[in-house]
Amino acid sequence: MRGPQTLLDAENNWETDMGAWFPGERVVFRGKDLFQELGDSSWMGLLLFGITGREFNEKQIRLFEGIWTICTSYPDPRIWNNRVAALAGSARSTSALGVSAATAVSEAVIYGRRPAAYSIDFMFRANKGLGLGIDLSEIVRSELKKYRNIFGYGRPLVQTDERIAPLMNLANQLGFANGEFVKLAFSIENILLTGRWRMHMNVAAVIAGLAADQGLSTQELSEYLVLCFSAGTLACNIDAYTKPAGSLFPLHCNRICYEGASDRSWDN
Amino acid sequence: MSEEVIHSRIWEEVPEPDNPFAAARCNVSGYDVYGDLLGKASWIEYLYLLFKLEKPAPEQAHLLETLAVAIANQGPRDHSIRAANCAGVGGSTSASCLIAALAVGAGQLGGAREVLLAMEYWQHCGQDLKLWQQQIKNPPKEERADVWPEMEHPPGFDPHGASCATPIKQTLQALVAYHPGGALEWLEQNRNSLEGFADCPLTMTGVGAAAMIDLEMTAEQGEMLYLLLRLPGAAAHALEQRQYGWRKYPFFGDGLVLTNDPGPFSETTTENS
Repeated sequence: MRGPQTLLDAENNWETDMGAWFPGERVVFRGKDLFQELGDSSWMGLLLFGITGREFNEKQIRLFEGIWTICTSYPDPRIWNNRVAALAGSARSTSALGVSAATAVSEAVIYGRRPAAYSIDFMFRANKGLGLGIDLSEIVRSELKKYRNIFGYGRPLVQTDERIAPLMNLANQLGFANGEFVKLAFSIENILLTGRWRMHMNVAAVIAGLAADQGLSTQELSEYLVLCFSAGTLACNIDAYTKPAGSLFPLHCNRICYEGASDRSWDN
Repeated sequence: MSEEVIHSRIWEEVPEPDNPFAAARCNVSGYDVYGDLLGKASWIEYLYLLFKLEKPAPEQAHLLETLAVAIANQGPRDHSIRAANCAGVGGSTSASCLIAALAVGAGQLGGAREVLLAMEYWQHCGQDLKLWQQQIKNPPKEERADVWPEMEHPPGFDPHGASCATPIKQTLQALVAYHPGGALEWLEQNRNSLEGFADCPLTMTGVGAAAMIDLEMTAEQGEMLYLLLRLPGAAAHALEQRQYGWRKYPFFGDGLVLTNDPGPFSETTTENS
């Protein structure tokens, strides 16, 4: 048994290079003075610095901010995470509660943080396979055989992803449209569009490709996306406060389609 | 487009004649909640019914209730409860206290995700000691990345433990009484061997996982119940700390050691660097 030595060593002793507040004086953020050295940073630049410890240039920051603007900020309360924020408004809860719950909900499988993380992870594995001389079609076939899907390809509700064109326009303007992993994302789509698969790429694969080209790891991409839906969720939350309480898509009793056990008595 | 509905095997409603949005009768799995269950079903029986859609046998209800008491409050040093207290002392909303407790109590160290993973071990190994040895020695490793971090210790065991803590043994003993011959009893009999394989002692998540297996819960049900049943302590402690206030709660004022402090900023330092 290892015993409690780790805890004994850590008691009242948190050693870190992430940062600290010196009350009344200054703040250190990853070894830099927040007020003097980072005070002019954009919020996205600071966020990325906090996640990675690396400083990104202006074009990269515009790319990462653009991904949030174009791809993840739909103010539509029908989308599941947005609906949580809107329901909080409709039920007259607080904005922070609604948005924080919606943020947690965004860690979904069919949309949100997970597909992008899974997608970049596949791209790194595919790229490794290519480096070993394996054909991309074989890599795709093998992944589908093993997992039945490839995240970043296919989409609930609709086939076409309307976000890809504007995001690629932005990437073009910034000079990021022809990176190695972006090309790989499109090559995978070409393979998946042939044969019986007929799977279109969704924006998660494009985001994954762009992020990989800028040097983000799987974990860093996942962390960068934690707050990405907040502009849309907050908008939905605010919208609901302006409507009558409880009026967001109300459901009458008969909208529950009961498929369970027949009537019975607790005493029997 | 046909009217969209919510499908449910749990809940049925009959509307009041004057308002389609107000239920006159609510059934859970066929039982009339307000016309029949009230005053008859205990809270724990009702909880079991919601998850399993059947009334529990008395020993199942006792088992779930005993587990619920055991994990309802693990004290103010527990990670999940500390999270609730951080919300409480700062004057945050009550819901945020519980959200904080859930977020932290969801984790893989002492939390609900650990229960889910431990239940998956049970589903794979059953009561076969050799399989447990293999599984602990060579834990399953997902090739694909996930939002959950990699597991750092055998689920259900305390990586910082020196020996099995007394409340864990007491809880296990109390639960076995309600389900002899199941996972709990096998765990009690084989605890020393399993702790040897894991090189760390059994902890509450391991006991909870075995109890959920004996209750025939799925791993996801076990995870959800473990989240839910730990909230009472978080709620009570957060309210208590809200009253005491932040001045009486640890801030660890001298506990943070910054290993790369550049010191107070000066233009000359930057120019020379």
